[in-house]
Amino acid sequence: MAGQIFTYITFKNGVPDDSALELVTAAKQIAPDASPTAVVVGSGIDALCGEVAASYAEVWKIDNEAFANPNAEVTRKVLMNILPNDGILLLPHDTFGMDLAPGLSIKMESPFVPDTVGFEAVEGSMLKCVRQEYGGAASTHVACDIANGVIINVRPGAFQPDESKAASGQVIDKSADAGDLSTKRVYLETVAAEVGDVDITKEDVLVSIGRGIEDEDNIEIAEDLAKAMGAVVSCSRPIVDAKWLEKSRQVGTSGQTVKPKVYLACGISGSFQHLGGLKGNPFVVAINKNAKAPIFQIADVGIEADILDFLPELTEAIEAL
Amino acid sequence: MEILVCVKRVPDTAENEIEVNKDGTGIETDDLVYSVNEWDNYAVEEAIQIRDDVGGSVTVVSVGDEESEEVVRREMAMGADNGLLLTDDAFEGSDGKGTATLLKAAVEKGNYDLILTGAQADDGAAQVGGMLAAMLDVPYASLVNTIEVLDDKKLKIGREIEGGNQEMSEIELPCVLSIQTGINEPRYVGIRGIRKVASIEIPVYGTGDLGVSADSVGEAGAGVKRLDYYVPELGEGAEMLEGSTEEIVGKLMELLKAKGGIK
Repeated sequence: MAGQIFTYITFKNGVPDDSALELVTAAKQIAPDASPTAVVVGSGIDALCGEVAASYAEVWKIDNEAFANPNAEVTRKVLMNILPNDGILLLPHDTFGMDLAPGLSIKMESPFVPDTVGFEAVEGSMLKCVRQEYGGAASTHVACDIANGVIINVRPGAFQPDESKAASGQVIDKSADAGDLSTKRVYLETVAAEVGDVDITKEDVLVSIGRGIEDEDNIEIAEDLAKAMGAVVSCSRPIVDAKWLEKSRQVGTSGQTVKPKVYLACGISGSFQHLGGLKGNPFVVAINKNAKAPIFQIADVGIEADILDFLPELTEAIEAL
Repeated sequence: MEILVCVKRVPDTAENEIEVNKDGTGIETDDLVYSVNEWDNYAVEEAIQIRDDVGGSVTVVSVGDEESEEVVRREMAMGADNGLLLTDDAFEGSDGKGTATLLKAAVEKGNYDLILTGAQADDGAAQVGGMLAAMLDVPYASLVNTIEVLDDKKLKIGREIEGGNQEMSEIELPCVLSIQTGINEPRYVGIRGIRKVASIEIPVYGTGDLGVSADSVGEAGAGVKRLDYYVPELGEGAEMLEGSTEEIVGKLMELLKAKGGIK
């Protein structure tokens, strides 16, 4: 019953994002025999499309100078022109997918399922998806009728990448079908993130703090512990929003991607955006006074405690060694 | 500049332990502390700063039950000029498209140059702003973390993208922007501020006032329906260290030494 599955490929510097292979796995969870078609929109993307074709039987290429820089407003129009009305489109729930997909669902008159972490089999034209709400504290099944297609944003990292690369697919040039590329939002430039005093991406041990630190004055507690451990202090987003630490100290998809050996998550709830910046399978210790914090689900070791009480005790014990 | 800011009343995840209820139909709502969605608060602050800079007015609108009036009033205490509450039994159970449909109807009753939403709310969907823009056929940008008014037809904006980088664009008005946290420092609202706006009448619009058909919104119009709520199981879960603080510290130090966490 279901329509053809398409995946939208995001990339950086000509290299496909990890989501390119994760979406293959996601498509197969929707329909085990699915042979999804990859859609690549960019400028001068022949090599990129060739690489993607290793994993997809069919790659639709839309190559135009207008896409030398990312612009979801224009890309949305192109997808409206080339996708079939009953198409199932999977995109990564990243900053581009969030920009592009909700509006596309309105224009395509298809339902939209954001930030999806799993699928259950399609029954007739009903698709059941798994999502999370309240920062990961609750999961929910949502159902939608996909007879008129569906736009689905898939959480980065939620599916294992399909590394088989056995498709040796063909690239089909759809550039001529792109249509009107005018836009009321014009790209100017990309401003690189500021470099801070410490490079947390090169540290083996991070003492990372979140909302649980409660007050700017309490950051000293984490700094004392980091000093005793020979570690460095990093943080989650709310600490940077409050301007208590520099942006360069932030771990997460909108901050730094770190690969420590040991990660102490102190008073951090564990949103997927935060965990998206934590790579290399570190030993994760979570300390949180909320026993239901999602961070405890992914940590190796958990301690239910108020960090304001616990961290000074730990610092003292380490200093006494 | 006439600015509309869309806000939502949500359980405050910083103040509550969110638990799934026994029937799996939702979360435990007893004793929940509610507040304005954090992202929306940044959007209202940004709107107020733009108005103070270039003139105009700020209107705050919320889709929700009658209790949502309290968050509209709170944002008026911050400095928004007008409030608007969209409430009707028929709106309950709206999905993102239903909410955007209601907001579109409210937008069309006014004459707004700029519409702001928070980048996301408690359901983590990040969808209503983009849908609203598409319905209104105006340009959209998400995750906006800087706004500069160039003239009465154009803004220069920055979007927060991966790695803390910022994508700068020019966007034509009218437009819809979703606002990322950290764009500004929202002002504090005290009891006195709330008292000042306590007696201001906040108009309430239902199905008839908005001219939307009841079957296009709410549960009836929802193309995406929630079936249940349950406690997520991601991975195997942490080994919880138990005992006195001293015992836990001891166990943790052994583990840290073994894993290279103490140099």
